[in-house]
Amino acid sequence: MDIQIIDYGAGNIQSIKFAIQRLGYEAQLSSDINEIHKADKVIFPGVGEASSAMQKLKESGLQGYIPELQQPVLGICLGMQLMCNSSEEGKTKGLGIFDVDGFKFGDGEIGPQIGWNSISNLKSPLLQNVPEKSFIYLVHSFYAPLTEDTIATSEYGLEYSTALHRENFYGTQFHPEKSSYVGEQILKNFLML
Amino acid sequence: MLTKRIIPCLDIKDGRTVKGVNFVNLRDAGDPVELAAAYAIKGADELVFLDISATEEKRKTLADLVYRVAEKINIPFTVGGGIRSSEDVDILLKNGADKISINSSAVKNPGLINELVAKFGSQCIVVAIDAKQIEGRWKVHLVGGKVPTELDLFDWAKEVEERGAGEILFTSMDHDGTKNGFANAALKKLSRMLKIPIIASGGAGEIYHFTETFQLGEADAALAASVFHFEEIEINDLKRSLKQQGIPVRV
Repeated sequence: MDIQIIDYGAGNIQSIKFAIQRLGYEAQLSSDINEIHKADKVIFPGVGEASSAMQKLKESGLQGYIPELQQPVLGICLGMQLMCNSSEEGKTKGLGIFDVDGFKFGDGEIGPQIGWNSISNLKSPLLQNVPEKSFIYLVHSFYAPLTEDTIATSEYGLEYSTALHRENFYGTQFHPEKSSYVGEQILKNFLML
Repeated sequence: MLTKRIIPCLDIKDGRTVKGVNFVNLRDAGDPVELAAAYAIKGADELVFLDISATEEKRKTLADLVYRVAEKINIPFTVGGGIRSSEDVDILLKNGADKISINSSAVKNPGLINELVAKFGSQCIVVAIDAKQIEGRWKVHLVGGKVPTELDLFDWAKEVEERGAGEILFTSMDHDGTKNGFANAALKKLSRMLKIPIIASGGAGEIYHFTETFQLGEADAALAASVFHFEEIEINDLKRSLKQQGIPVRV
């Protein structure tokens, strides 16, 4: 299987590569649109600040190509947020794949969510064989509200979208590569799509 | 609901775990990778590796270790010890560390926090603070708690948050090694004062100490070393007990 991780200089890519490796597959890092285009599966990672990550994505020339991809694409953490219409963080315009905008938790009154939370209301092949209330690991200050693309919810001051799905695009606010055996199941599901 | 985290801490010297580790059923307890994998299976939520080696090859040895740990374990981990620059951080993150922690270097050069946050994001920058009470006031200490400074714990913690750090790892030198419980009064003050998560460290001896630090100290996470290394407390038992007392944990 040809698995490409989009390398645009934002994020801890090594962990995702290792997680795929533990499942018995090899993933390649790439910023080459031709390589990404012919992949069976594409992973779109990201950590850090939204506007600078979006800037890096623009500079890499990948911005316009990602929404055109036809194969299953998985955005992780900031990757998922960049797939939304916009993020309040740095007033950033996103890729517009998921029809929802990102906001800051509690208008800045509560701190970032760091740690393990549970996921509920699971639907989508991405989450098959994952029991309700499974625990996943997250690090974030911005969230996507509930929308018709929501396939999993978590609670942190309010109920929000912890995973999204539209057509061939999937997004997880959490880090499956750091979410123990639950994350492994989810990555495996993605590779089996 | 966001759960409270239990974090074993491993001291590393020249790529090996130091401080006695007494794990049954482990071929090589001195191998940080094997130990880390065992903790991940036992239900640890996160791991901290503290490098105490002072050799010139330190940087490369540590980066190699981080790579091997990241290859094997599927939970997040933080690496600290002697990190001084953005280059130090870059190599550790590239090798697969999820977070890095800085301590003395941040006190000596507070601008380093801003620099690292701007470059790598606040999610991966933990500032460790060692402090003890001198004449009733909490003073920040350096070099593993050996060198006192004039800095007040609470002033420094506030500044650390303002400079953008993602988390604070607070070790009470007064409690560390005593096994008499965590510094809950100071922890409570920190937790109420700051929005970023506070990791409690120093003083774990019994299961109820963890209960107290979450309930009284309002800590977001608790770190310990020897009680886990010597299997005086099993993480599974600890979490079951916390859950029974209504504290949200991942089980």
